[in-house]
Amino acid sequence: MSIKENSEAIFSESPGKIALRTLRKDKRSIISLTILGFIVAISLLAPIYSHFIAHTNPFNSSLDATIHVGGKTVPVLEASTTGLGLGVTPIGPTWNPSSYFLGADGQGRDVMARLLYGGRNTLLIGTSAGIICIVFSLLIGVIAGYRKGWVDAILSRLLDVIWAFPVYLLAISLSVVLLTSGLTIGFIHLGPGSFALPILIIGIVYIPYVARPIRAQVLSLREREFVRAAVGIGAKDSTIIFREILPNIIPSVLVFIPIIIALCMLTESALSFLSIGVQPPSASWGTIINDGLALLYTRPWVGIAPGLLIVLTAASLNLYGDAVRDALDPKTRSRGDA
Amino acid sequence: MSEVILSIRGLAKNYELGGAFSRGSDVVHAVEDINLEIQEGETLGIVGESGCGKSTLGRMIVRLETPTRGEILFEGHDLAKEPKKALRALRKRFQMIFQDPYAALNPRRQIGQIVEEPLRVHGVAKDERTRIAKDLLKRVGLDEGAYEKYPHEFSGGQRQRVVIARALALNPRLVVADEPVSALDVSIQAQVLNLFKDLQKEFGLTYVFIAHDLGVVRHVSDRIAVMYLGKIVELANADDLYENPAHPYSQALLSANPRMGAEDKRERIILKGDIPNPINRPEGCSFNPRCPKVQDICRTTSPELLTIGARQVACHFPN
Repeated sequence: MSIKENSEAIFSESPGKIALRTLRKDKRSIISLTILGFIVAISLLAPIYSHFIAHTNPFNSSLDATIHVGGKTVPVLEASTTGLGLGVTPIGPTWNPSSYFLGADGQGRDVMARLLYGGRNTLLIGTSAGIICIVFSLLIGVIAGYRKGWVDAILSRLLDVIWAFPVYLLAISLSVVLLTSGLTIGFIHLGPGSFALPILIIGIVYIPYVARPIRAQVLSLREREFVRAAVGIGAKDSTIIFREILPNIIPSVLVFIPIIIALCMLTESALSFLSIGVQPPSASWGTIINDGLALLYTRPWVGIAPGLLIVLTAASLNLYGDAVRDALDPKTRSRGDA
Repeated sequence: MSEVILSIRGLAKNYELGGAFSRGSDVVHAVEDINLEIQEGETLGIVGESGCGKSTLGRMIVRLETPTRGEILFEGHDLAKEPKKALRALRKRFQMIFQDPYAALNPRRQIGQIVEEPLRVHGVAKDERTRIAKDLLKRVGLDEGAYEKYPHEFSGGQRQRVVIARALALNPRLVVADEPVSALDVSIQAQVLNLFKDLQKEFGLTYVFIAHDLGVVRHVSDRIAVMYLGKIVELANADDLYENPAHPYSQALLSANPRMGAEDKRERIILKGDIPNPINRPEGCSFNPRCPKVQDICRTTSPELLTIGARQVACHFPN
């Protein structure tokens, strides 16, 4: 890259615009956004698929139905003929979108329809939990870092309490307790089947991981001379926080968003797999893997399909997070060009 | 003599070392018992080596630092005790210029916004702000296009011009400049120093000019205060101090300043040892362990800052 080109490129652009331009050219961001866009789109189109193409719904279990495959009539659930003759083997993938594209699960439900509906739930819970986590972390981190002193001491110790527990241990304990009884805060009652519970639990367990770096950044920013200059011109604390400190925190928050959403999504799947996340009959990728566990030898696709989607989504989110980080960090910015 | 704009009485700043669990531990006396009067329209230079408390003094004057003791009298207010809200309103009368122009500008805001910010904070309307900011940018020697640019597009010298423009936006009476040129190239330093002088004439500013570069201080200052270990050891007119320093520390400091020409016969005084630890300061005169003229009394009694002719010196044996 010639010097001239470079100097023209940075002419009078805000740091944000420069980052956005770098990000648009980044192959990783293009690839990961394409994959994510596709997964989100098919999940959102779940009702259309099940209603107009598969003519079923994700809760519809067909215990004694039969379908036509290649001219033959086969039952959706076939009684086992081996061993003690107990249990059933569901139909395998037909690779025909109009009926049991990925086969049926142990209760004769269409796996493809459940996968798409489950994707909606997993993405919804992962994203909401991620956003809740980021919002609270920003609030706690900025207040603790800016106020310092005893406010910081109290908030930091609270974060330490959460941090002291391994993420999954805490999430599992909270889920086990809250999912049986529900949660009542004042007038709000969250029932045991509500998605709000896993969203809150997952959002809260990751707060220290985001709030701490934000607090540290605010602590260092508030000693910078431009913040002192703002104090010197007589600016109020709120003005300093919103106009001087927050704009400098936003880049790292932007990097955190995709990574935390991926983490929250993985946690949701793990909890649902353990039956303490999304409650039946609702589906999530985690519950479908759990359904597929018993069928792993005969009908591996029930477990593999949601697993693949989880891997793809999490990997794309992380890849996108990397691209965002490199775009925002001026030190690594030239790496792609060199 | 003109009006006194700021007077400092018995000003001191201590820092307690150690966290919440080690209360009552070591105390650093960063600034001790400073008495100073600043005249309207003058430039008071403050010199001293690193760690002598000159920056702390400067930050206390503009109340970016809360003094431990003492008074800062400015326009009938004691800034040291002024409540937070009243202090915010008073801040437009005194401004600070920072050492590092790379850190003093928010990298995420346009130059125009940065210069307008003080006006916005003090409730000036948008059109008026833009007019004042554009005018100021012109006066500090930046072109019209600077208004919409970002700090990363400017050099250190240009950034310092922006910092100066921001400090002048509220039309202050007093400007404290904390080593405003020490982060700049020598070739740029002269330009910025001349800008300081021009603006002083134009706006009738009073400067407190903190520096460790003696050449720079002499160029801009009317009077100079020499600080050592948190105290003023000598205060004199710039020319008097440079021609004939009275305190042994001033003499050593000035002899270290390189001069042009072979006619300079002045002998270099090389001080022994380092600046003492401000936690355990020496008894008597703080300078006694390094002073070439030290006597018994210096080790027991701390000298007062006394007026001798046109100058003030804190030494038992001034020349």
